[in-house]
Amino acid sequence: MALATVVETWGSAPRPVGSNLVIDNDGNFLGSVSGGCVEGAVVTEAMDVIDSGKPKMLEFGVADEAAWNVGLSCGGTIRVYVEKVT
Amino acid sequence: MKLDILHALNAERAARRAVVIVTDVASGEQRLVKAADMARDPLKETVEKRLRMAKSGMEETAQGRVFLTVHVPSPQLVITGAVHISQTLAPVGQLLGYDVTIVDPRTAFASIERFPDVKVIAEWPDVALPPLNVDHYTAFVALTHDPKIDDPALKHALARDCFYIGALGSKKTHAKRVARLKEAGLSDADIARIHAPIGLPIGAVSPAEIAVAIMGEITQRLRMKSEKAEAA
Repeated sequence: MALATVVETWGSAPRPVGSNLVIDNDGNFLGSVSGGCVEGAVVTEAMDVIDSGKPKMLEFGVADEAAWNVGLSCGGTIRVYVEKVT
Repeated sequence: MKLDILHALNAERAARRAVVIVTDVASGEQRLVKAADMARDPLKETVEKRLRMAKSGMEETAQGRVFLTVHVPSPQLVITGAVHISQTLAPVGQLLGYDVTIVDPRTAFASIERFPDVKVIAEWPDVALPPLNVDHYTAFVALTHDPKIDDPALKHALARDCFYIGALGSKKTHAKRVARLKEAGLSDADIARIHAPIGLPIGAVSPAEIAVAIMGEITQRLRMKSEKAEAA
């Protein structure tokens, strides 16, 4: 199991600092760190964290053409801390 | 997060006690600081400040960057009166994340058939309220229209510093209530904390609409600074 937490936000962010997403080993998740824009990417990264046991800091910014599926459409930037629950 | 920290966190939350988790985001090191142990913590001032604001956030410290996850008790909603309005107010409150309890000594009202999914206590407020740990994270709503039930409960809510206190009744009913509470020795400042007529002025008519007006006003109190809420 992994726990993802919004630790910093700049500009307009969909979920406030402290918001959580919990991810299990099968990729099932509960909660949210954005309005659904970056959850998919966080779940993928969480799989790595569960494997390695090492926490990760992720950053998501404004969506651009190339990476629209892992950007925030609202124009803000968020930093998400992902840690394994052991 | 280590499981023992998670278990300790859940225990504190269940007991309605504030707790802060300090995470070193570089190393992943973590510790749990209970409200009672805060004074002995190396980051005491930072932790205390965050807890006061009830806001999680990143902090720069001499030891590096740490993230403080602040857990204050989840808000609870305590209602006197197992009445028609409560039948909608309770589920709406639950949807918004409140632990809801209804107190009404009249067993004809406080029945499980009328409130299948809510904690209902068929006792007088002096018996029912003390074990509920009514605190600053509690919204209190008086809906019975019966001074024998509502007045002692309102006094309890004021003494426990509820973040929201509301009482159902017209301006005329409330004027009588104010007179009774003054007679009982309550200060003007205390009495002024009671929201009456209750709820945001949205022209609510049906019991469900009144429930929405009440939860709107409670949300406003919870989320907006008082000056802003007054101006709104």
